[in-house]
Amino acid sequence: MVEVTFISFSGKASTVDVPVGTTLMRAATDNRVPGIDGDCGGNCACATCHVYIDPKWTARVGARNETEEGMLNAVDELRSNSRLACQITLTEALDGLVVSTPEAQH
Amino acid sequence: MNSMDSVEVAAIRTAAQLRAARLPLEELNPADPQGFVDDTVGYVFERLRREDPVHRSHSPIPGIDTYWSVTRYRDIMQVDTSHGIYSSEGGITLMDFPPGDEQKLPMFIAMDPPKHDEQRKAVGPIVATANLNNWQDLIRERTGKVLDSLPRDETFNWVEKVSIELTTYMLATLFDFPLEDRRLLTHWSDMATSNKLTNPDAPDPEVRMAELHKMLQYFTRLWNERINAPPRSDLVSMLAHGPATRNMGPAEYMGNLVLLIVGGNDTTRNSMTGGLLALHENPEEMAKLRANPALVESLVPEIIRWQTPLAYMRRSALVDTELGGKQIRKGDKLAMWYLSGNRDESAIPEPNRFIVDRERPRQHLSFGFGIHRCVGNRLAELQLKILWEEILRRFEVIEVVGKPTRIRSAFVRGFSHLPVRIPG
Repeated sequence: MVEVTFISFSGKASTVDVPVGTTLMRAATDNRVPGIDGDCGGNCACATCHVYIDPKWTARVGARNETEEGMLNAVDELRSNSRLACQITLTEALDGLVVSTPEAQH
Repeated sequence: MNSMDSVEVAAIRTAAQLRAARLPLEELNPADPQGFVDDTVGYVFERLRREDPVHRSHSPIPGIDTYWSVTRYRDIMQVDTSHGIYSSEGGITLMDFPPGDEQKLPMFIAMDPPKHDEQRKAVGPIVATANLNNWQDLIRERTGKVLDSLPRDETFNWVEKVSIELTTYMLATLFDFPLEDRRLLTHWSDMATSNKLTNPDAPDPEVRMAELHKMLQYFTRLWNERINAPPRSDLVSMLAHGPATRNMGPAEYMGNLVLLIVGGNDTTRNSMTGGLLALHENPEEMAKLRANPALVESLVPEIIRWQTPLAYMRRSALVDTELGGKQIRKGDKLAMWYLSGNRDESAIPEPNRFIVDRERPRQHLSFGFGIHRCVGNRLAELQLKILWEEILRRFEVIEVVGKPTRIRSAFVRGFSHLPVRIPG
């Protein structure tokens, strides 16, 4: 299992445990974590699972892919540590990951 | 609705159902506007999803001719998210115009990256969270005023007095357009979406273009005022000052105005009407909502799925490719039928039921997916949420007292008339 923590725009933390191989988006939607809608069901097509990766984790999480870059182009509050949660698969190396969600998703 | 009306509606539906079942597959043409006037196109989609989900369709209307109908949720998602294969440059509706015809307006929804991304970015901030937060109180106040001014104990047209009034107000606010002239926006929106070839009652193309030129003239005056003033947070000022849009020519300005006016007007307008009709036709769902007004959160996306105010978007293939087992040729045009995908039982449980507390109500196609996804989706949801919260606070019942009149268009799925009565 992998533990991840989502911090909402208002500062509320939700920690969930999910099986290795789950996407970060599913980790949120399967556990009803607020702030992650996932309207497109994980197809990198709606940008409603926008998260900011905690700076301590950005290197381990890695860079955006090209499709993701295209979708993130359209969000407000884009930052250098912005990612779409549906494009991140949780591995053991990401156990303890911390992300926060933008104002647009609260 | 009186009993003669319901008998007539039932007869039309039965005939359409038989016709959709019996016609040879190749004769099915979901873009026939009659199926939208009668609200019977669903029978055509049901058969296509089952028997031929990527269907070679033919329309007798010149300029539409042959196109692919993509009817299943997953195939639509694939086309919508593959902008490198399926281009928007050919336009977003099925109608083709001869090269150089000024009726084909340039606008960012009908562009591919990188130009699309640059122009969209210029207007995106209008619907950013900070702005939505600022507008919330204003929208609530206006919605309350409009609802409080509605007549009691007499029949009136909900489309006119509520849906058009609220969406036009909002649009005027976004443009910082003189409020006293706001009905011009409604008029231009209706002009822009009118099409003589699919609707004989529509104005002639020359009349339509002349009206759109009047729109351009009006907005050019606003542009000139605002380009000479410091940047402000209205759409005209944003376009006039934005690096990607400030050098637009008149045709492109006209095109983007049409996009923003239609996108911000025709869509939410019809969801405001469609939602009332859906709740009237499903009294048990209305009862659930009355018992628990917090369900407005899931009601809103369900209304947007149910109505699907834009029935499709068009794409054009940039290369030879395959979709759902069919060979698509470079240059072929496709209609992604959002209306059909939103009724696809392989993606949405019990899709033909209107359910106010649906499990995953947001997973619908009405806003599109991918880089062209509706830029105003959060604003649309906010307007509908406030409308329903304010309705529930005020009225115990809004009676729908006759059948709706639907617009003759396969693109804008909407209403021109819905007779209602509020007792009291």
